[in-house]
Amino acid sequence: MGKHLKILTNGIIKENPVLVLLLGCCPFLAVTTQASNAIGMGAATTAVLLGSNIFISLLRKIISEKVRIPCYIVIIASFVTLVQMIVKAYLPSLNDSLGLFLPLIVVNCIILGRAEMFASKNSVGDSVLDAIGMGVGFTLAMLVMASIREIFGNGTWFGLAIPVLSSNTISLLTMPAGGFAIFGILIAIINKVTKGQGVKKKEFGCEGCVHAAACGKLACPAEPEKEATAE
Amino acid sequence: MIELVSIIMTAVLVNNYVLSQFLGICPFLGVSKKLDQAFGMSVAVIFVMVIATAVTWPIQTYVLDRNDLGYLQTIVFILVIASLVQLVEIVLHKYIPALHASLGVYLPLITTNCAVLGCCITNIDEGYTFVQAIFNAFGSGLGFMLAMVLFAGVRSRTESCNCPECFKGIPVTLLAASIVSLSFMGFSGVVEGLLG
Repeated sequence: MGKHLKILTNGIIKENPVLVLLLGCCPFLAVTTQASNAIGMGAATTAVLLGSNIFISLLRKIISEKVRIPCYIVIIASFVTLVQMIVKAYLPSLNDSLGLFLPLIVVNCIILGRAEMFASKNSVGDSVLDAIGMGVGFTLAMLVMASIREIFGNGTWFGLAIPVLSSNTISLLTMPAGGFAIFGILIAIINKVTKGQGVKKKEFGCEGCVHAAACGKLACPAEPEKEATAE
Repeated sequence: MIELVSIIMTAVLVNNYVLSQFLGICPFLGVSKKLDQAFGMSVAVIFVMVIATAVTWPIQTYVLDRNDLGYLQTIVFILVIASLVQLVEIVLHKYIPALHASLGVYLPLITTNCAVLGCCITNIDEGYTFVQAIFNAFGSGLGFMLAMVLFAGVRSRTESCNCPECFKGIPVTLLAASIVSLSFMGFSGVVEGLLG
């Protein structure tokens, strides 16, 4: 039981996909101008992650090593299309506010990263727990970021006006520049609280990226010289 | 003609992919440490963006839309881009080894770069014609290059700066990106003013 709980909570705190592993930065920065968007995006990503993790885990003995990345991409893209259709049909306003970032879930590093690192090696049950943990971790991180940006940048929270703040807004926070700044400060706070234990000390770049393995284990631009000499 | 110039200018300065659309953040943070790497990566992105648009636009217009298969867009585009990148790599390796030596290492990373897929989808959503789409792809790539090259310069300073321990690494880089992004806000409205 302890092991399962650990898989579930890993994604929420210790290996939080965005704030600790720095995966999926693009949607994290782009859609967090409103708390409701953050929840919508988080739910959509979690749904795709859950579907792809279950499928990839089920097929892990059938998919051969060589063609695994194209297979993963097809599975992920199918679930993204499914989610896209559901959102378009039932939540058209969410579809408008997420826009481009809904189809772009397909290239979100979190999903391919978890497929490669976890679902392809573990049982279906564990993969489900991992998907839920990672999805909830991503959603919570986005909710925190979006709440800060919406409350101080727009004076509202989930669309409800907040008395004093709504007449004294810092509109810079809702703009791209504010997104970068708040993200930087959030990571700094996490560094401070965990004293660097939660964060991998490796330099961010290819070698620190969980995704490096999923890129096809091909040459990495961090070390072009090494690659050149190898050939 | 003016329209095409306006599309490029808007893509480079106003709707800069990295700094105002948040597309391609991973390579922006990962590969912007050295100027030559930032430049190499950006050239590869421009190259793939233009080729990917040249392939996906006709597919969407003449195959998917004609047969009411618009909902297959995401699956078809990502597969086309992934196989295209592999194909480009093989062709370059065989026929232009010099170019492959300088761009080859960046190509595999581009498959899952959201800027490329984002660019192809935007070109369809905006209803551009084929020529406009190609110019928009080129401009978007150019904007990516501008952001990468500018930021490589900024980053060489932030790497050596004396900031609090918890801000070292990614946090201070993001704060620097925020300031660079702030400077790009100054361009909003410039294109309409110049060419409007």
